[in-house]
Amino acid sequence: MKYCLILLMLLVSSIVQATTPEEDLKNFRDYYLNLFAEKGVKLNDFKDGVYSIDKVSRESWEAVEEFPPYEIAIDEGKTLFQTPFTNGKTYASCFKNEGKGIRQDYPYFDAKTNQVKTLEMEINECREANGEKPLKWKKGDIAKISAYMAFTSRGNKMNVIIPQDNPEAIKWYERGRKHFYAKRGQLNLSCANCHKDAAGKKIRADVLSPALGHVTHFPVYRSKWGNLGTLHRRYGGCNKQVRALPFPAQSEEYRALEYFHSYMSNGIEVNGPGARK
Amino acid sequence: MQRIKKVLVASSLSVIIGTGAMLTSNVMADASKESSDIEAMIAEGKKIAFNRKKGNCLACHEIKGGVLPGNIGPILISIKARFPDKSKLREQIWDASIAKPDTIMVPFGRHKVLTEDEIDKVVEFIYSL
Ligand code: HEC
Ligand code: HEC
Repeated sequence: MKYCLILLMLLVSSIVQATTPEEDLKNFRDYYLNLFAEKGVKLNDFKDGVYSIDKVSRESWEAVEEFPPYEIAIDEGKTLFQTPFTNGKTYASCFKNEGKGIRQDYPYFDAKTNQVKTLEMEINECREANGEKPLKWKKGDIAKISAYMAFTSRGNKMNVIIPQDNPEAIKWYERGRKHFYAKRGQLNLSCANCHKDAAGKKIRADVLSPALGHVTHFPVYRSKWGNLGTLHRRYGGCNKQVRALPFPAQSEEYRALEYFHSYMSNGIEVNGPGARK
Repeated sequence: MQRIKKVLVASSLSVIIGTGAMLTSNVMADASKESSDIEAMIAEGKKIAFNRKKGNCLACHEIKGGVLPGNIGPILISIKARFPDKSKLREQIWDASIAKPDTIMVPFGRHKVLTEDEIDKVVEFIYSL
């Protein structure tokens, strides 16, 4: 009887969580390193997204990066970041290291509130704590400030922490993982279908980027948008593409997704903001 | 024992044929029509298959006559040799997960991306490749 119980418990725990985040990370990395081994792509190369695996589009991208379309936005973001609120304080007062070189630590699990906090979320929390109105989530000033903060973090390696002994944190992680692997929308496609199973293949004329390294270069200036957008803006676009209803930016669902998605890029350098088609 | 096996085989066959007949009922009805009707269906099927808001098959397949194809799925060619049984082809398009549970091909019929009538036309077009 006792043994039966133990067995049952083992079984249940293995169903609830088949693999640990650490194991997931190793498998995730190995999958892509293996898939693109012939092209000689190294872990850190994945920071360049699709351009790490597609030589043809890389050339035109390199030309774009010579006169980066996001350069003005970084300057504007810096000005916004340094301009005092009406109470005289600045954004620097809300962040560790005065907000410099910290991009790689986001998102993180906050045990006090049991929330996953993103950088954009804390930018708005900082504003509200100082009596200012929050900014809109997906583009505009928030993307510029985020771009400046990413810029000061360039070269730091993604370092998202999943506290393994905290069941609440694991819940957030598992929710994000589920979003990534679950088929959705009328077209019945998961993020993993396109950015893992079919990574490197062409969907129409577009080469599909690997999900490994996806987050390192956000926010991104997209020529299609004509301006800078946050990661959650992109999530919305990719949800809509499969005819699924997008979730609101900074919703629990997208923060959970960002938590999983960013953890999978641990060890890869921050190189945001980036430029994309 | 032998007999039981036979009965089993026969009954499972009839199940397969049964569902096959269900899937092909429209197609079979069409087969009796004039060949000019078939030509018209093929032409319409091609439009539906290439339309980005409808089949958008070119997103994943290279198909003769289509531009900017993707390469997630195989080139659609010599289809009659690949699918001697037209109902199997219809099944692949209606719900590819029947043949391959972990497929990434869109379940055009099961998810009502295309109507049954549109699927019949696409089947005629693909079958002509
Ligand atoms: C139907 C295929 C498809 C699905 C499903 C899909 N995407 Fe995408 N995604 C694309 C395409 C095409 C692009 C643009 C080319 C590229 O970079 O891959 C893209 C781009 C992206 C980018 C930007 C990459 C960069 O380097 O800037 C991110 C991030 C992204 N997708 C995340 C996701 C997530 C998360 C999901 C699941 C919610 C998802 N995608 C689902 C097709 C898809
Ligand atoms: C999201 C990508 C995708 C789309 C869109 C797609 N397919 Fe497919 N298709 C595949 C893949 C992958 C396979 C390989 C077998 C499998 O996984 O089911 C396949 C296999 C096939 C096959 C079997 C080919 C063979 O030689 O075995 C046929 C026929 C086919 N698709 C027809 C279509 C038609 C018609 C459309 C448009 C109505 C379409 N597909 C749209 C991905 C796709």
